[in-house]
Amino acid sequence: MVNGHMETASVPSGLTLLEFLRDRLYLTGTKEGCGIGECGACTVLLDEKPVTACLVLAVEADGCTVETVEGEAADGQLSVLQRAFVETGAVQCGFCTPGMIMSARGLLRRDPNPSDNEIVEAMAGNLCRCTGYAAILEAVRLAAVAVAAQRAAGPLTGETVGSQPAAETLMGETGTERRRFLRGAESTRKDGRR
Amino acid sequence: MTRELRVVGTSVLRDDAIDKVTGAARYTTDLAFPGMLHAAILTSPHASARIVHVDLEAARAVPGVRAVLAGSDLDVRLGLYLRDKRILARDVVRYQGEPVAAVAADTLDAAREACRRIRVEYDELPAVFDPRDAMAADAPLVHPDLASYDHMRGVFFPKPGTNVAHHQKIRKGDVRASLAAADVRIEASFYNPPVQHVPMETHASIAQALPESRVEIWTSSQSPYTVRHLLSACLGLPHAAIRVHVPYVGGGFGGKAGLGLEPLATVLSRAAGGRPVLVTATREQEFNTTPSRQGLHSTIKIGATRDGRITALEATYVWDAGAYADYGVNVGRAAAYSGAGPYAIDHCSIDSYVVYTNKVYGTAYRGFGHLEVLWGIERAMDQMARKLGLDPAEFRRRNLLKEGATTITGELFTAGHGKPVECLDAVAKAIDWGRPSGAPSAPHKVRGKGIAMLHKAPAMPTYTSCAAVIKLDEDGAADVLVSGVDYGQGTYTVLRQIAAEELGLPIGKVHLTWDCDTALTPYDWQTVASRFSYMGGNAVIEAAADCLRQLTAVAAQALGVAPETIVCQDEVAFPAAEPDRAISYKDLALGYTFPNGNAIGGPIIGHGRFIATGLTHLDPETGQGRPAQFWTYGAHAVEIEVDTETGEIEILHIATAVDAGKVLNPLSCTGQVIGGVVQGLGSTLLEGFQFDDKGRLLNPSFVDYKIPTAKDLPRRMTPIFLENPQSGGPYGARGVAEHPMISVPSAIGNALADALGIDYTVLPLSPERVLLGIQKREKTP
Ligand code: FES
Ligand code: FES
Repeated sequence: MVNGHMETASVPSGLTLLEFLRDRLYLTGTKEGCGIGECGACTVLLDEKPVTACLVLAVEADGCTVETVEGEAADGQLSVLQRAFVETGAVQCGFCTPGMIMSARGLLRRDPNPSDNEIVEAMAGNLCRCTGYAAILEAVRLAAVAVAAQRAAGPLTGETVGSQPAAETLMGETGTERRRFLRGAESTRKDGRR
Repeated sequence: MTRELRVVGTSVLRDDAIDKVTGAARYTTDLAFPGMLHAAILTSPHASARIVHVDLEAARAVPGVRAVLAGSDLDVRLGLYLRDKRILARDVVRYQGEPVAAVAADTLDAAREACRRIRVEYDELPAVFDPRDAMAADAPLVHPDLASYDHMRGVFFPKPGTNVAHHQKIRKGDVRASLAAADVRIEASFYNPPVQHVPMETHASIAQALPESRVEIWTSSQSPYTVRHLLSACLGLPHAAIRVHVPYVGGGFGGKAGLGLEPLATVLSRAAGGRPVLVTATREQEFNTTPSRQGLHSTIKIGATRDGRITALEATYVWDAGAYADYGVNVGRAAAYSGAGPYAIDHCSIDSYVVYTNKVYGTAYRGFGHLEVLWGIERAMDQMARKLGLDPAEFRRRNLLKEGATTITGELFTAGHGKPVECLDAVAKAIDWGRPSGAPSAPHKVRGKGIAMLHKAPAMPTYTSCAAVIKLDEDGAADVLVSGVDYGQGTYTVLRQIAAEELGLPIGKVHLTWDCDTALTPYDWQTVASRFSYMGGNAVIEAAADCLRQLTAVAAQALGVAPETIVCQDEVAFPAAEPDRAISYKDLALGYTFPNGNAIGGPIIGHGRFIATGLTHLDPETGQGRPAQFWTYGAHAVEIEVDTETGEIEILHIATAVDAGKVLNPLSCTGQVIGGVVQGLGSTLLEGFQFDDKGRLLNPSFVDYKIPTAKDLPRRMTPIFLENPQSGGPYGARGVAEHPMISVPSAIGNALADALGIDYTVLPLSPERVLLGIQKREKTP
């Protein structure tokens, strides 16, 4: 299953999952940044866990569920996570973005309410050269908080973003907390790095 | 400009982000064309060797192979400012990693297999790796034919018979006498290693050769028109024969300026009978084959009066250009005219040498030489302050450029330049400069604070220009067409804001086409040097004015009033005195139709342009002249904690102030600062090429060449923007994209000296280097 569709194919044994997704299924949202498992650009979920698709053989995914960035938006509506990326300015060139979103999705699936440290840990395998990460970490945190609030308050209405000036949709919901990673990121670094 | 702004200055979200978070954004490698072939490149294992023989037969025999080429098949030279490069090495290889042969095949596997079967016989030649050695009279020449290379004359001065690709001189006053007369003098040397840009998307180009020598290209590039222009020069084709598309680009940072893999894709496609060919650099090739940032050896002497006024500065910059300097010569030039920092100095002498060596070659990289020269200058300023017994911030304050001062190239510093002093004061305040740091978090840790200034101007030809077109849609919305590339900076969003502001449209009704196309989108020189918002912004303002003129004329005729009485706002045109007679843009955009069916006007298309003005070539002997359209000034202040047992540096707080003139989009500008600072941390703490004694790159992978990850963020980052308007800038804005990266190393180096009392002079400040310094407690060479 790839993004909810059953896909049947016979593939050469050496074909990677990344090649299968991009070249056979035309799911080009998943990117190749290194091809050898070092950058995270190709991150997808395999049975709900983030993997680097360039290191997984297509045959290893036989019988598994695969989720890619193309499956993240439902019914043409951005997910809360995607909206958080747009609204925090977590996207610049965008090449790392699909992998970032899938790593974040994997984290939130596993733990809908991650600590700041867990967010940093979960995203540390994804390289980004543009944003300096702060907005990305902020987006993940914001998405977690917003989903929690949504659970508490009933369904969140899907609002379009992008063409509106500084839509405060998600940011508003989280009030004063919003800039934790961007300004005073103390909490992420309290117990040291690495 | 005193009018109130609706859209400019607000944090409009990027609309491209929607494509990017959904995976819909198509980058070059996401494109596929019927019959598209995949290419692989064979690179040189030697840093310097004669190519004795290349045997391509076995490669041609691999099933699926459609074209195999070696340098002997291609007798052309390429280059931006200096044409010193080949598409594939011919006769000699000049660096390990240089492309020697290439294959296009039905599959990437077949192309790689064929590359493995190419036999190349080399005869190793003497090599030179240190640019200082390369300047010796008896050094092996990397380019014995330098005299015959075409170059931009009057601007660059290659020295045939040597390894010097360019020597930039700056001379102001009498530096020798003033140094001799100075009350206090310091002299220090510094080094920056070569580093890589590391865009997450490696270089990639698709070319399809067409009949009549035409070619169509899709490429991950910063410069569609420059790609076209340089290709036309090297292949001897008219410009119209080459069409260059630039889809989404996954980061550039300068590394995708000039020409990249486009020529190779073009010749492969031709050799393959016109099948489209995709050439993608592997990550290893991105490190080892595509260009990097040049290394730099600096020697700096400063003289000052006892009361802390700088009287003289002498600097020698020796750039490690690597094997080719087609772009690197301009880094050496620009960094020279900025090479004394943002200070008023009466007596200054700078010699900047761009020197060939047998290493991977250099090009533009965010900051364009300024991070490198300011690593030395800003460290030396601290050393001077210490020697004078002055606070480093106060010492700088006394010497910074202020209204009425002249730069080292003789440019008068005016109010329209911005205020470096305010940047300094802002960052000092942000980190409580002058107050001792809090207690370290452990007994074996120490804290320190550092401050450093930065400045930079766009480095571009004196006649750099660009254009913008705005066409109105059937529904009265606007499409903006430009050929600068937004490879992540956010410029397109800013240009949309400007168009919306000027046209009186809501931002949602202004669109900007993402695919640049030299056949359809109007000219822009290159997207480099933080000049796109400035120049492109001015062009969009003019294009919008042109649209308004046309709207006004049609509305006036439709309403039977004088054009001067017409007001355009909120998507309608109306006579100032009669707002109820408003006609919507929608009813004017394609022409106005009277109730009886008669029509006037026609589709509204506005055009605007901008050309750099008042710039001059620099005098070849003195470097005096006007090199810069505008300058952007800024400062960083940082507080760090150093672990004296591991040598690790933790950034507790970094404050960055940039005098942006006008912040056109706060969210975007903040993104540029945070992204730039973290990229600067890479240059400071982690990054640097390592070579073995044969000139082979030892760390061409993310395992051995680390860039910052989410774990490497400072505990706190404070971006600060000042808004002292730029004369001539759109709404008073100046460029800010490169600047936040500059001087991050200097500020941290200064903080390290404050914390440990050790002057580190070599980057990166890796734990090993820091620890070694602590152990030796003496200066590193
Ligand atoms: S492409 Fe898979 S980790 Fe880099
Ligand atoms: S946004 Fe460009 S690499 Fe992350």
